[in-house]
Amino acid sequence: MDQSSSLKFLGSWADSHTHRVRLALKLKGLVFEYQEEDSVNPSPALLLHNPIYKKVPALLHDGRPVVESLVILQYIDETWTDNPIMPADPFERAIVRFWCHFADDKLGPAVGLVFSSAGEGQKAAVDQVHGNLKLLERELRDGAFKGRRFFGGDNIGMLDIVLGCGSYWLAVFEEVMEVKLVDPDTFPLFHAWLRDFEEQKEVKETIPPIDKLLEYARGIRQMMLSLSTDTSTSTTTIGAPATGSTTSNNDAAVEEIGLLQESLAL
Amino acid sequence: MAEGENKGLVLLDFWVSPFGQRCRIALAEKGVEYEYREENLRDKSPLLLKSNPVHKKIPVLIDHGMPVCESLNIVQYIDEKWPDRAPLLPANPYARAQARFWADLVEKKVHPPSAFHLFVSCAAPGEAHFLRKFTYCIRFQMYESGTKLWKLKGEAQEEAKKEFIEIFKLLEGELGDKKYFGGETFGLVDIALVPFTAWFYSYEACANLSTEKEAPKLVSWAKRCRERESVSKSLPDPLKVYEFVCFLKKVYGIE
Repeated sequence: MDQSSSLKFLGSWADSHTHRVRLALKLKGLVFEYQEEDSVNPSPALLLHNPIYKKVPALLHDGRPVVESLVILQYIDETWTDNPIMPADPFERAIVRFWCHFADDKLGPAVGLVFSSAGEGQKAAVDQVHGNLKLLERELRDGAFKGRRFFGGDNIGMLDIVLGCGSYWLAVFEEVMEVKLVDPDTFPLFHAWLRDFEEQKEVKETIPPIDKLLEYARGIRQMMLSLSTDTSTSTTTIGAPATGSTTSNNDAAVEEIGLLQESLAL
Repeated sequence: MAEGENKGLVLLDFWVSPFGQRCRIALAEKGVEYEYREENLRDKSPLLLKSNPVHKKIPVLIDHGMPVCESLNIVQYIDEKWPDRAPLLPANPYARAQARFWADLVEKKVHPPSAFHLFVSCAAPGEAHFLRKFTYCIRFQMYESGTKLWKLKGEAQEEAKKEFIEIFKLLEGELGDKKYFGGETFGLVDIALVPFTAWFYSYEACANLSTEKEAPKLVSWAKRCRERESVSKSLPDPLKVYEFVCFLKKVYGIE
């Protein structure tokens, strides 16, 4: 693929949105320079290129920044038009966009809540995840994606990238939180799709090893539990500092948790 | 337009919804005819529930029986379906990315529920369920950081005002001296934002938030937009919006 321009991409190794962009770049066969960002201490470059949100990922194409993963993915697709990740038909494109927003607005936050809550709150969050997965399962079974290997058809498309880069957290949280999220009997099609997706060469090259993700998740969970004042009940989210003053260590930990929750998009 | 070309275009909507208005503006910009159907949000039609089973919300654009949901989705669909006239997104991929970024920012940050705190100057904990009904009734999502609602009287409102002013400044920075957010061409970002200008009067009346004072460039931009027939025909009279806010406050016993 002819690539006469320069591509640089700022990301964080455990961030799902970063993985989305990395996977899209790989699928397009693009060469890029990568800069790892510390999510709690953004570099001057990140602050310069994403002054409003101050978050990864940020793609720099010939020095010009594009931010927000869904915007970046569409930008990549429209700039390098081989191996399209979006369908051509306007109605199909609308369906893809709808479910991408569903992933970001509903499924991702629900999964994040499973991780950051306990007791009754966690049970409610797990139910929410199941409700969301049921909707996706239905689309795979009878709806817009019926009969397809991937959401994009025979090849990985934008929705596969968006859902897939982050769905590995489901397995991680199942282990760390000891909850069942993706039961293959209840969600056979989603389960099969996820396994197939994770077997793809470019996906394997993108997603970090599961033991690293497990270690990371366990670390964050420990931090959360040590910050919370009441782990036995409740509908509130762990991770908010106890009322009263917090040390600067706690502040950084809370910020890290917040960033993790945000990055846990599916 | 060929005869029957637009047969079967139906927009399920609610008159005061800024999200619905985005769709009306886009359809008008493209000169596309459609049937407008007003939904009773307390008694949603079977068609709405069938067309948007996931969220059960308006707006929904039904094109020959195929539903498209979510307002910015619908606007982009309209743009891609009728590419031969009045483009709502620029041709250049980088400019398109900028437009999508800002439209997404409007979606995230300029949201009637933020304005909700402007309307409701005091919310005792016991009124929470009324507040939820309020927001559900007019389709707006509860956009809250939980602590805001429980703060002392007036404090939530002051914080909401501060947030709004910051967002206005951000948007004015992006607008600059351009005619529209899209430059010379009225486009996606303008469409995303302009419906909220019908709420400026209500912000002022309820929360003493003067957009003339805090965001004069946005006010001028809003006037320019209203000169377009697509906008003037799609946006409600700000006084009617204010009446609506007052009506809801009364219904739910909020003051």
